[in-house]
Amino acid sequence: MSGMNGTVQSRSERHSPKLYIIGYAASLVLTAISFVLALTHSMHVGPLVVLLTVLAGLQIIVQLFFFMHVTESEGPPYHVVLLTLGLIFTFAVALMSVWIMAFGTNVSY
Amino acid sequence: MSEALKHFADTYLMWNEGYLIWISDILIVLASIGIVAALTYFKKWKWLWRNWLTTVDHKKIGIMYLLAALLMFFRGGVDALLLRTQLAQPGEHFLSAEHYDQIFTTHGTIMILFMAMPFLFALFNIVVPLQIGARDVAFPYLNAISFWLFFFGAMIFNLSFVFGGSPDAGWTSYPPLTELGFDSGPGENYYLIGVQISGIGSMATGINFIATILKLRAPGMKLMRMPLFTWSTLASCIVIIFAFPALAIALALLTLDRIIGTDFFTMYHGGDPMMFINLFWVWGHPEVYIVVLPAFGVYSEVVATFTRKRIFGYSSMVASLMLIAVISYFVWAHHFFTMGAGADVNTFFAVASMMVGIPTGVKVFNWLFTMFRGRIRTTLPMLWTLGFIPNFAIGGATGIMLAAAPGDYQYHNSYFLIAHFHQMLIGGVVNGMLAGMYYWWPKMFGFTLNERLGKWAFWIFNIGFYICFMPQYALGFEGMQRRMYTYPTDMGWGSLNFVSTIGAYLMGIGFLFIVWQVLYSLRHMEKDTTGDPWDARTLEWSLPSPAPHYNFAVIPTISDRDVWWEAKEHHHTSDLLPKVDQIEDVHMPKNSARPFLLGLSFFVAGFGVIFNWYVLAFVGLAGIAACLIARALEDEEEYVLPAEEIVATEQSLGRV
Amino acid sequence: MSITPASASHHGRSHGPLEYRDPHQAVKITGFWIFLATDMLLFGCLFATYLVLRTHTDGGPTAAHLFDVPGFTAETFALLTSSFTGGLATLAMRNGNRKWVMIWMVLTMLLGLTFIGLEVQEFVADVGQGATAHRSAFLSAFYTLVGTHGTHVSIGLIWMLLTLIQIARRGLTAKTARKLFVVNLYWHFLDVVWVFIFTIVYLSGVVM
Repeated sequence: MSGMNGTVQSRSERHSPKLYIIGYAASLVLTAISFVLALTHSMHVGPLVVLLTVLAGLQIIVQLFFFMHVTESEGPPYHVVLLTLGLIFTFAVALMSVWIMAFGTNVSY
Repeated sequence: MSEALKHFADTYLMWNEGYLIWISDILIVLASIGIVAALTYFKKWKWLWRNWLTTVDHKKIGIMYLLAALLMFFRGGVDALLLRTQLAQPGEHFLSAEHYDQIFTTHGTIMILFMAMPFLFALFNIVVPLQIGARDVAFPYLNAISFWLFFFGAMIFNLSFVFGGSPDAGWTSYPPLTELGFDSGPGENYYLIGVQISGIGSMATGINFIATILKLRAPGMKLMRMPLFTWSTLASCIVIIFAFPALAIALALLTLDRIIGTDFFTMYHGGDPMMFINLFWVWGHPEVYIVVLPAFGVYSEVVATFTRKRIFGYSSMVASLMLIAVISYFVWAHHFFTMGAGADVNTFFAVASMMVGIPTGVKVFNWLFTMFRGRIRTTLPMLWTLGFIPNFAIGGATGIMLAAAPGDYQYHNSYFLIAHFHQMLIGGVVNGMLAGMYYWWPKMFGFTLNERLGKWAFWIFNIGFYICFMPQYALGFEGMQRRMYTYPTDMGWGSLNFVSTIGAYLMGIGFLFIVWQVLYSLRHMEKDTTGDPWDARTLEWSLPSPAPHYNFAVIPTISDRDVWWEAKEHHHTSDLLPKVDQIEDVHMPKNSARPFLLGLSFFVAGFGVIFNWYVLAFVGLAGIAACLIARALEDEEEYVLPAEEIVATEQSLGRV
Repeated sequence: MSITPASASHHGRSHGPLEYRDPHQAVKITGFWIFLATDMLLFGCLFATYLVLRTHTDGGPTAAHLFDVPGFTAETFALLTSSFTGGLATLAMRNGNRKWVMIWMVLTMLLGLTFIGLEVQEFVADVGQGATAHRSAFLSAFYTLVGTHGTHVSIGLIWMLLTLIQIARRGLTAKTARKLFVVNLYWHFLDVVWVFIFTIVYLSGVVM
């Protein structure tokens, strides 16, 4: 609880749009890669979906670090721990639900 | 005209259903008239509005939660006694089958969502800010909203009994039984909307207390110096914020099925009822840990105080709380092993379910080791804690039996399961909440509760508990299924059921003793003038009872775990008292009518949705929007409490 | 002194980003991050439902039939860009430039409106083909997941408008700065959710 975390100050000193521009470019490039991979049918469906999900995961990182200043906080950045836990649980619910509900139906992956 | 009136009375007021409804109607009308008359006679309307309905003070909100929880405990308890009366003998027809279904549904829903949840929120609210040295929670206004959402959600749910009919598909509300085609009455809508509204409030409470604990601790109170009740609150709230969204979605999707005709959980157009069950338990299992973790926190405080020892294995206590919080998220499918998801799924969830037992076991041993060679004082909080340990050991062991997937095919939905989870929820949660209530009662109200009557309550309730639930394990093995309306004589279940019913009535008498104890103690008040009636250890006991509304005149600096105990040991309690020259003006949150009005708007909107009266729903939604926008544009949320006033208060309390 | 952090100085701070200078506002930012973690699970459950019911089409329209590539490409571009302009508004706020805050925010809202417009158009076209939410469990799940995101975006637009009104009235104070920061956090979060919607719903739907 000892005052301000260093990152708040260091990032706030440089008020240039550079980070935002890099972030925007990165998100556009990642999206474009996804679209091209998907629409050209360049690979098998299974690996393709995995790869698309990984690319989407990279977009989370882009938004969090380039736009949302996720590491900034007053005091220790506890919210990062909670967000990480939330992400784990989100993926757990989605993927394990598919796994559980795959019994004897036409759900397939 | 009279024809229309009769139609209304039969459809909505259910007057054709017999004397139970008539009695309830009369009681409700009489109680309402009584309350209104009393408030008017004693000129208390303004007091009610100023001091309670518009308050944002965490201590008052906590007291309101406590009151609501005790009322709901009564309602749920009456439901339980009606159920047990119906089951006391074979071939009984004390209740009609429809009423029986409604009553087991409301019993379960009320006990979990409208008794256990507000009870633990009561303790969070009353205790946590005082334990960590804060003046209020992080978001006092949001805290008031949480309470009113809970309150109006509970109101909607309870209203169903006398207006339109109660839900009757069990507290788990499984489709396709709960789909419109099988269950067309408003009862199921009541369930969906009432639980949804109070669930939103719970999520907000979770966020609020995490922020409070992480951000509002007094200087020097490092995480590893926090009292264990605060730790357990943190763990519980982490589970709340990640589990309640699943309930919100499950209920919302079922509501969509019923209101606009989508096909999530129906039997046609590719709907899959099991998906509801899956989502429901994504919330449902963590929910069990949401309610039991704070009880663990209470036990830790109580055991340390009444053995006059530092808690054994503090860091392992913290670690096990956090482990339970995380692992509890990966066990949900054990509620539907019999769905047939396959050996791999069932094995994973069986192993995960058994793993939760490990950190829980660690905690039990830590409590025992703390008591070992301590000088135990058997006060009321300590008695309920001691009562909890054998309960939890038996309940835990039967839990491991249920977690074994192949075994579960045998016990699933039998009375064995019923006995198991009542042992966890009564032995674990109710014991814990009552221990907490007795422990912090002087801090809330400034007087202690009568010990003698409390001991009667404890022994009658606990003996009643074993008489009630031990036979149910046997009944489960004999093949009796849950939610069974009645059974023929030749099943041979009669005598065990009769014994069980006797136990249930004993528990009811135990509860009445608690009520008597409270009323008696109100008359013959044993005032707590010290602020520390138990010779306790943590920061809240350094304050007067009840604490002034700003809590701490000067925020203390924390140098140790068990800070108050250490201060007493080393004779420097004055370090924790305010000095006049340190007292400054304090910004306090303003009272607001808006949380109450917001809750009311939710009530109106929910009511409109339940009966498909969309004009009403629209009015309610407009009210919600108006409240939110008004808050967004609000300028001043705080007022200044001048230092002189604080000094005067502290002087009158003899603290400066 | 206030009810918020005892560790913070009495009169706030003179350095660091504006929205963090008042400890009161800093706590609200933490609270909002925690809310986002909760909201993440809300979408997680909707995604779970969609993934499970994805193939339950009951002989009705499938994902591959329904999804229109140019349509969702445009929606994606609008939302990604609006996330960028929202970020630039935060930057302008930190530089204390109220005029550019307003400009970037209005641009963000226009892009958000475009997104909503395109989505409504898409839904109307789908319904026109008989693909209503009542047709199959797949479509129920699709409309609910994408519609919930759309509702979030619409609420975000109203919220942005309210924030802009306050900034216009009161200027950039610690409080209005925090509100702007938080509404943009929300907006970036919705962008992330959309990335998953176009990946898991649209792109995967088109290839499978």
